Amino acid sequence: MNGPHDLGGQMGFGPIAPEKDEPYFHAEWEKRALGVTLTAGAMGAWNIDESRHKRESLRPADYYSSSYYEIWIKALEGLLERHGFVTARDLASGDAIDPAATPKRVLKAENVPAVLAKGGPCDRPVDAPARFASGQHVRTKNFHRTGHTRLPRYARGKQGVVDAVREGFVFPDDNAHGKVENPQWVYTVVFTADELWGEGADPTLEVSIDAWESYLEPV
Amino acid sequence: MAARVRALETILTKKGLIDPAAIDVIVDTYETKVGPRNGAAVVAKAWSDRDYADWLKRDATAAIASLGFTGRQGEHMQAVFNTDDTHNLVVCTLCSCYPWSVLGLPPVWYKAPPYRSRAVIDPRGVIEEFGVTLPADKKIRVWDSTAELRYLVVPQRPEGTDGLSEAQLADLVTRDSMIGTGLAKGAA
Repeated sequence: MNGPHDLGGQMGFGPIAPEKDEPYFHAEWEKRALGVTLTAGAMGAWNIDESRHKRESLRPADYYSSSYYEIWIKALEGLLERHGFVTARDLASGDAIDPAATPKRVLKAENVPAVLAKGGPCDRPVDAPARFASGQHVRTKNFHRTGHTRLPRYARGKQGVVDAVREGFVFPDDNAHGKVENPQWVYTVVFTADELWGEGADPTLEVSIDAWESYLEPV
Repeated sequence: MAARVRALETILTKKGLIDPAAIDVIVDTYETKVGPRNGAAVVAKAWSDRDYADWLKRDATAAIASLGFTGRQGEHMQAVFNTDDTHNLVVCTLCSCYPWSVLGLPPVWYKAPPYRSRAVIDPRGVIEEFGVTLPADKKIRVWDSTAELRYLVVPQRPEGTDGLSEAQLADLVTRDSMIGTGLAKGAA
């Protein structure tokens, strides 16, 4: 979707303002926000693509006025409601009032190190051979899907070169919406700044994205 | 927000959906165990050992795992090497993708709109805001982490560091130098 999250090339957000010796957390609640998000995710009711889509589905004004952990918590509440773990009454009261769906699993403290060390690999075998080869010229499609996609707006309908053929990966545009994983080949595609930004572009700049095969067409 | 998060944790705990002790372990992991010192060890080894650098270039996931750094948001790694000709910069314009296994949790600025919006259109200006001016003819390659690959920049080894041990070299490798918003520190 053309949501508030799709920021590449947008203007007007001001300076970066890096913080010197920045701590990992700026408040105690941020620690709990990280942990609640990860432990709730570990129930296995949704995948990373669905959670990303929930975050980018926040109203733009809400997204832009929220810190990243705030975005996480707002999206998490929605995911928990969607999957039957909490209700609006629970959230309004701040207490467990209504019964919850049964989770696939509950992450216990003793299992955390193993679960974090294992991560969640998204590579999957793809039967078909890769359609594109390294060095091949390709064009990204121009589409404006209302659902989740990982093809940013600034790189749609642009001609580039395949820089690397990666592996098969779960296709987020389907996986975010409870469909099958539909794995596809992923390619690193590189564009000149002139192709992306046109007049006044930095001639020394190239930008690459990682693109699923169905985002691309031969030139 | 503090009250809202506390309420959510309470609700989920009372329903038996989460274990609050698991949250403590997660927080401790990312506060004390997983951070940019991991990435610095990878870079220092690549500076010191040509075979390791070749492996890192070819198969970063395996080369990094060989040092014990694996796991969440580091499942699929790619190392990109700065050279005399090219400077690399990593961003996630769509969210906050970041190589947790080698750099830990991302700083606020990495996840915020100013960096995410400008890194792909004005990286030179972005890098200048970190106090680094690149030569005008240096090429810049920006890697937008739009899929599940996570990028680690291997900065150039500073001059005058020939005799240093891996541990001493690692002290020169800053977090920002592994994102591309900085350079490695000069030898003391």
